[in-house]
Amino acid sequence: MISQADPRPLYLQVKEQIRHRIAVGELKPGDEIPSIRQLAADSRVSVITIKRAYLELELEGVIHTRHGRGSCVAENPDLGHSLKEQELDQHLAAAVDVAALLRLPEDQLIERLRQIRRGREDAK
Amino acid sequence: MSNAPPTHAFSLRDLSRSFRYFRLDGLNLELPMGQIMGFVGPNGAGKSTTIRLLLGLIGAEAGEIRLMGRPVPEQVAEAKHEVAYVSDDMRLYPGATLAWHMRFVASLFPGWDGSYAQALLKRFNLQAEQRMGGMSRGEHMKAVLLLALARRPRLLVLDEPTSGLDPVARHELLAELMEIVRDEQRSILFSSHHTLDVERISDVIAFIDRGRLVDARDKESFLERWRRLQIDIPEGVTLPALDDVVEVSPEGRLARLTTSNYQPALHGAIERAGARIHEVQRMSLEEIFVASVMGSRTEERT
Repeated sequence: MISQADPRPLYLQVKEQIRHRIAVGELKPGDEIPSIRQLAADSRVSVITIKRAYLELELEGVIHTRHGRGSCVAENPDLGHSLKEQELDQHLAAAVDVAALLRLPEDQLIERLRQIRRGREDAK
Repeated sequence: MSNAPPTHAFSLRDLSRSFRYFRLDGLNLELPMGQIMGFVGPNGAGKSTTIRLLLGLIGAEAGEIRLMGRPVPEQVAEAKHEVAYVSDDMRLYPGATLAWHMRFVASLFPGWDGSYAQALLKRFNLQAEQRMGGMSRGEHMKAVLLLALARRPRLLVLDEPTSGLDPVARHELLAELMEIVRDEQRSILFSSHHTLDVERISDVIAFIDRGRLVDARDKESFLERWRRLQIDIPEGVTLPALDDVVEVSPEGRLARLTTSNYQPALHGAIERAGARIHEVQRMSLEEIFVASVMGSRTEERT
């Protein structure tokens, strides 16, 4: 679901949604993904937004566009894993930004991460 | 003229028209086929005037207009077979039913799609046997939209289509508009105050203020170029003049800087001056609209 209440720009939401569908195995390597105009109509988001999302996914090697024949999920067996890693990097980048706002030194940030990790392991 | 399909739904070149208290001044605007253009501007900016000029409803003093590849006003009648226009002040016959209007429009336009009209009746929750005079403002608007959509025009021109519609009807309308551009040979021009709608479905955005085009470009580059930076300016530090900075406010220690052409180089320039960047924020179309209109008004004064 693409939402305008979500602070992320629409094109990023479209990218994340496709990544997610690949990560959970709903879309498999080689599967065809909807055409740009089809996805635009289905999600009620402009054609140019979907185009941008597809273009970036293509550059990132997530999808592959065959000239005049639409797009499909790239033949990359490592895909699901690397997508999860990208997700992790995004969360860590957000944490680094907040730490910078709090003027938290690097060693303290890393120490906080260790504490949180220990806390969650104890909870299990 | 060749019979090749037009590449653009319309184009306006150096279009001008004066009224007693208002002047539309040298407008240049075009819409490639298959795209949706959101036309945004404050009240009295010239949106409706531009649309009326485009459709040959009023005459221009200077400039060139092409609609579906045809010159206006010379061949506007031919062009209009493929164009449907809806405005929020459009009035139908109050004594006649919606069904009567549907038969009437169907008799005028061979492209009328009867089964689509029936589907729209259901989707918009309208009664064909109801008289127009008995309809609420929102129902009336939906009826006018139905009559335009069911003609399956190649260019749909909507002047404030969502005004008077409740959120559910607005949602239905946006869905119908997106259905239209499944076909890459169809285009939509719509003016709106509702910047959230425009931001969501437009491919191209045009801002107009006081009869002049402030900016027009594809939506993604619009949203990508504008940023708001929160910066910390220590005592004694003044920011140098920076390109494409539309506004810095307030002039105190914690400033908010708005740029219309965000580049990573801006960070270096600000930090070299001795200031610190806290945060870089994206802007909504509404914020961009307000900032660019205010910016262009300031430029006009100086």
